[in-house]
Amino acid sequence: METTKGMGRTENFLRKLHSLSGLIPIGVFLTVHTLVNSSAIWGEEAYNVAAGVMVNLPYKLFLETFVIFVPLLFHGILGIWIALKAKNNVRQYTYVRNWGFFLQRLTGFIMFAFLVWHVWQTRVQAEFGVEPGFSMMADIVANPVFLALYIVGIVASMFHFANGIWTFLITWGITVTPKSQKVSKYATMGIFVVLSVIGVLAILAFA
Amino acid sequence: MTSERMVRLSIKRQASPDSRSYVEEFAIPYRPNMNVTGALMEIRKNPVNAKGEKVEPVVWESVCLEEVCGSCSMLINGKPRQACSSLIDQLEQPIRLAPLSSFPIVRDLMVDREQLFDALKRVHAWIDIDGPFDLGPGPRMPEHTRRWAYELSKCMTCGCCLEACPNVNPKSNFMGPAPIQQVRLFNAHPTGKMNKEVRLSEIMKSGGITSCGNSQNCVEVCPKSIPITTSIAHLNRETTVQSFKDFFGGGF
Repeated sequence: METTKGMGRTENFLRKLHSLSGLIPIGVFLTVHTLVNSSAIWGEEAYNVAAGVMVNLPYKLFLETFVIFVPLLFHGILGIWIALKAKNNVRQYTYVRNWGFFLQRLTGFIMFAFLVWHVWQTRVQAEFGVEPGFSMMADIVANPVFLALYIVGIVASMFHFANGIWTFLITWGITVTPKSQKVSKYATMGIFVVLSVIGVLAILAFA
Repeated sequence: MTSERMVRLSIKRQASPDSRSYVEEFAIPYRPNMNVTGALMEIRKNPVNAKGEKVEPVVWESVCLEEVCGSCSMLINGKPRQACSSLIDQLEQPIRLAPLSSFPIVRDLMVDREQLFDALKRVHAWIDIDGPFDLGPGPRMPEHTRRWAYELSKCMTCGCCLEACPNVNPKSNFMGPAPIQQVRLFNAHPTGKMNKEVRLSEIMKSGGITSCGNSQNCVEVCPKSIPITTSIAHLNRETTVQSFKDFFGGGF
């Protein structure tokens, strides 16, 4: 058995990495991004100062690539592959956790579509010469359909992140007992509510 | 005869693995304390459907009749459970019976659960006690460990957890919750522990423990109330530690 040790474990490694990548770096970035955006609640000037720090970070291209885009693509593409392998059965088995399983996959798909659109409308347009800042976002969410889509995208993202923390704690063997899984469920659902409120207030500040 | 109380059953049938399935209604005389197995035996005695036509008797499997062998597992009113421990008085009628959908159908309610037994072989779900010479007595098992391990040993490979698991299906090669949780049982045994890495290595391969999606349906439907999700989370920790040991060193 010694010779086969560690062989054939690519999938095992990728699945653990998939779970971790949702927290670090993606979840950390999502949180920072949301908090920076929430500065818009205090007005255009406050937002432009906070966002300006992010836009003018040194080594920005390197950070964007390896902290945001590569992990996002890895997590998103592997996530779609995982989600397509499930036969969802929430109608037959209506347990809360089974709904969590289903919603994790549903919000994953929503996030994927939302992020492609969001990156196109902001980061890519900035590359094409649109000035990034408060007015860029204000122009987008002036359209009520876009604003609604943003709210859906933000809430779906927060659920995916919070529920993903809960499953990460199990996947990495941190929460083993039912009690610890219950406590982490309340804690992560708290994170979902708090981040959703901050995220929605932030986008509404542009509208 | 007409005033007699009847039990109505609606059974999903299939003559052979490749033929088309159909639903047939039956009505059999009621007896107090009857279970689903009893109802199926009644149909076997007098294989006449609700329309009064003589039909082939319904085929199903059963061995122990006391919910310890797992062979009479089927979908009863949409939920995977054992026919022997499902009482007619507690079921809504017509009672809908169907074969487990996660396994190949042999005939009617009889399925082939071989993949489950193959997975048990794969994960080394036994304790090695034989050798070319007398190995002597093994280490003692602490009473505390014996108590919780006993709960895990109640698994009867009935297949209910695989049936309810959204990640056990033809698109996925996931071995399912039952064989994985058996790894915890055999690794908890002081002699079984000597082959711990063999079992962990096996569930770290494709179709192993990381195919779990944490829907936790398994623990909800387990007829023996085995803490399957606790076992899976525990093995997640064990396999994580094993990965670190194998890569950085420090194990074995």
